[in-house]
Amino acid sequence: MPEPLHRSLGLTDDEAESIRQILGREPNHLELAMYAVMWSEHCSYKSSRVHLKRLPTEGEGVLVGPGENAGVVDVGDGIAAALRIESHNHPSAIEPYQGAATGAGGILRDIFTMGARPIALMDPLRFGSLDDARSRWIAEGVVSGISGYGNSVGVPTVGGETVFDETYADNPLVNVLCLGLLPKERLVLGQATGVGNLAVLLGSTTGRDGIGGVSVLASAGFGDEESDADKRPSVQVGDPFEEKRLIEACLELLDAGLVVGIQDLGGAGITCATSETASRGGMGMDVDVRAIPLREEGMEPFEIMTSESQERMLAIVEPGGLDQVLAICEKWEIRASVIGKVTDGGALRILDGWDGEVLAEVPAASLHDAAPLYHRPIAAPAGWSEADRRLAGPPMPESVDAGKELLDMLADTSWVSSQYDHQLFLNTVEGPAGDAAVLRLKHPATGADTGRALALTTDGNHRWCAVDPRRGTAMIVAESVLNLAVVGARPVAVVNCLNFGNPEHPEVMWQFSEAVDGMTEACLAFGLPVIGGNVSFYNESRGSDIDPTPVLGVLGVVDRLERRPPGTTLVAGHRLLLVGVTQPELSGSLWARNQGHRGGVLPALDTAVHAAVAGAVRTLVTGGLVSGAHDVSSGGLGLALAEMAVRSGVGVSVARIAGAAELFSESPSRAILAVAPEVLTNVENVLEHAGVPYARIGVAGGDRITVKDLLDLPLAEAVGVWRDRLPHALGEGTVQG
Amino acid sequence: MSPRVGVVLFPGSNCEMDVQEAVRGLGGDAELLWHGDATVGGVDAVVVPGGFAHGDYLRPGAIARFSPVMAAIQAFAADGGPVVGICNGFQVLTEAGLLPGALQKNRGLKFLCTMATLEVASTDSVLTSACTVGQQLQVPINHFEGNYTCDPETLAALRAEDRVVLRYVGNPNGSMDDIAGVCNESRNVVGLMPHPERAISPLLGSDDGVPLLRSLLAAAGAAAGATVGA
Repeated sequence: MPEPLHRSLGLTDDEAESIRQILGREPNHLELAMYAVMWSEHCSYKSSRVHLKRLPTEGEGVLVGPGENAGVVDVGDGIAAALRIESHNHPSAIEPYQGAATGAGGILRDIFTMGARPIALMDPLRFGSLDDARSRWIAEGVVSGISGYGNSVGVPTVGGETVFDETYADNPLVNVLCLGLLPKERLVLGQATGVGNLAVLLGSTTGRDGIGGVSVLASAGFGDEESDADKRPSVQVGDPFEEKRLIEACLELLDAGLVVGIQDLGGAGITCATSETASRGGMGMDVDVRAIPLREEGMEPFEIMTSESQERMLAIVEPGGLDQVLAICEKWEIRASVIGKVTDGGALRILDGWDGEVLAEVPAASLHDAAPLYHRPIAAPAGWSEADRRLAGPPMPESVDAGKELLDMLADTSWVSSQYDHQLFLNTVEGPAGDAAVLRLKHPATGADTGRALALTTDGNHRWCAVDPRRGTAMIVAESVLNLAVVGARPVAVVNCLNFGNPEHPEVMWQFSEAVDGMTEACLAFGLPVIGGNVSFYNESRGSDIDPTPVLGVLGVVDRLERRPPGTTLVAGHRLLLVGVTQPELSGSLWARNQGHRGGVLPALDTAVHAAVAGAVRTLVTGGLVSGAHDVSSGGLGLALAEMAVRSGVGVSVARIAGAAELFSESPSRAILAVAPEVLTNVENVLEHAGVPYARIGVAGGDRITVKDLLDLPLAEAVGVWRDRLPHALGEGTVQG
Repeated sequence: MSPRVGVVLFPGSNCEMDVQEAVRGLGGDAELLWHGDATVGGVDAVVVPGGFAHGDYLRPGAIARFSPVMAAIQAFAADGGPVVGICNGFQVLTEAGLLPGALQKNRGLKFLCTMATLEVASTDSVLTSACTVGQQLQVPINHFEGNYTCDPETLAALRAEDRVVLRYVGNPNGSMDDIAGVCNESRNVVGLMPHPERAISPLLGSDDGVPLLRSLLAAAGAAAGATVGA
């Protein structure tokens, strides 16, 4: 007997039964296809919604929280900032260039859908090990895709992360964050109101690319290579030039006040955009499937309705404004077609011609609100108790050669960031090399400089979260706060991209639930609202789940931008201070992972101490009292010092570090400051006044990286290793400097 | 009266707002020139900005050269009007025959966004008159196709006629003779791959683009004066 249709579309038997209940009859093929994409894990968050509800979403200045296309916060001077982060992991695993390119395209549309001009992208990227040829192929393709799309569409990529670890072999994490700005009063929501208003499809034609992307690709794991290759047609193809014209046209339509609501077309295509706008507005919609311009002949209605062809938007306009809308679209050379009409009654009807046969008729809201909600089984791994982990785990190895172990961690990621335009719009005060990006804040309509800046950071750490997803996620929030502090910014809002394994595995759902709780605790402690998020499950390859990888994007504000942040700069003769207290704990560290150790117990995070450290660092940075500032995280104090040295071309001489456990510990709430001798007392007074512990650990200068009794390396050797690691591994790029 | 600088907007251009901001910051007036209009609207100078005009499909600048505004720019330049092409604008000007040579893919076959060190090779152009020969400038580059090339005769002519206006120090992209910018025979049309508008403030890492843009505004001011005088 052949497999029932609903199963081949990705629906369970229970889900098919729910659809029968909703409709009071058997659904036809088209209707089933529409439910299948809308009720997919990717679109409906059916496994995660019960947990995400625990995240704190309220806060001062929050204009739009989770659930819309992007979160929006008020950043003062009549300016609102729209922020969103998304994953494009599965498409990038199958087709790295297009997967990454369309990830950028999709998130840009989410932002200008809110009425905001996208001003910055960030790309937290995670790939398999550098010595794995396929992982290198994926990395090359992903970086080229982001470069090719982002540069051409004209939005700077100002930062991100680049991580290589075997947990991501065959399943890279390609997350992308976008920040946009809008005049506060221009905020628009993706809703359809007003019976008789028109739904106008803008942009590209609709083709067979990306059919079932959300259900086939994003909501299932990967199997053998042959079946993975079969999924390639489910990856969309991007056209950045079309997107650029679409952005300009949509912003002009919004400026002219010609749209009632606007919605991007991403996952689940026209089905999602029409049903979402209608149900948000409490309305229904008639859609003429024949009015949709097609890229290829012979497409079936279910293909048209679920295609994920890129560079399309749906605008809801009043009939009287249609001619003006069409004129603006013609100026920007983008296609515009009336494909739908807003109706009352709440039904989404798909018609074969305005007066033709009704091909599908479903309650628009049922595609969203009636989506299943799963309380998936949760189970902690065996031996999870802290006592067990302390006693039963493998012992931490001894450091053999701290110098070599340090060199193994050094990698310059400018091979990646130099392929991205990170300067467009003349905002980038600190770019990809910084702990956080810093962008001048100009009014998006008038261009007036506010004298302030926005700061952005993306952070994740799968090693911490593999050891302890709850504390690990809290430590990531803390790291973000400190990354913003070293550029002089205070945090204002969080978005998250939760990359996990198969939610049908109870241990994965436990990791997920723990991560949500850790994020909740830390965000509450730091007073940070979560304004949006994205969940990517089924990150697994051949049955093995990836390490839990929540990635956070945190937006900060620099209240007075008077100077560039000090960055990782070292000046010979300047003193080095370590702010905060080191816990000599190596569990979860990059050093431990490199030595093959997993498990253990993460160092403790005290959020009150952390807030004090971050506050003091911020004060010193904005006051111009420090010449260099770098947070201590992956690779610990040792890697932080080495990064400052190789980037500056200035050596360091450090003492009073008790051993490798202190040198490579990743315990939170610490930063290195470089301070000119003449202001050292001032700086120490500020730290003492704030009640923040610190230690004088050494001095910058010379041509060696020396940590007394632990390591002594020629600076030139470290610079060479640092600079060459990625270019040599990934193929020769044009290397600067 | 402030000199008026027209900044050309093709579909796919993306540095047009930045150039306007930089020009205004230095006291000039800036306005957009739509690619579909066959006029430069009486401006005193024209900048063809960076970006990906018409998506850079086919070849950078290959489609843009056919836009109606390009004929007007040809006529404006032939009349001695100052014209500067930055990055994609340089590519457009070479495709349109306003400047010699061509820009091919970078030596490393990668897009490259980084700070470059430039040396002023000639001050006899509308973009470098306020500089000194040998002056070093920190100005960002941001391109995939910035590797300047031309035939040997053209290169010999460029050198003999002092028409290489900017050279790279530490050639980042493989450009022939380290060329970062060149001018036409009349010295009123200049193309360069680096982005002077991105180097207008220490907050952005450099303000070394200022003398270049001031040179252009001076030329525009002179052109405005000449027009008034005529």
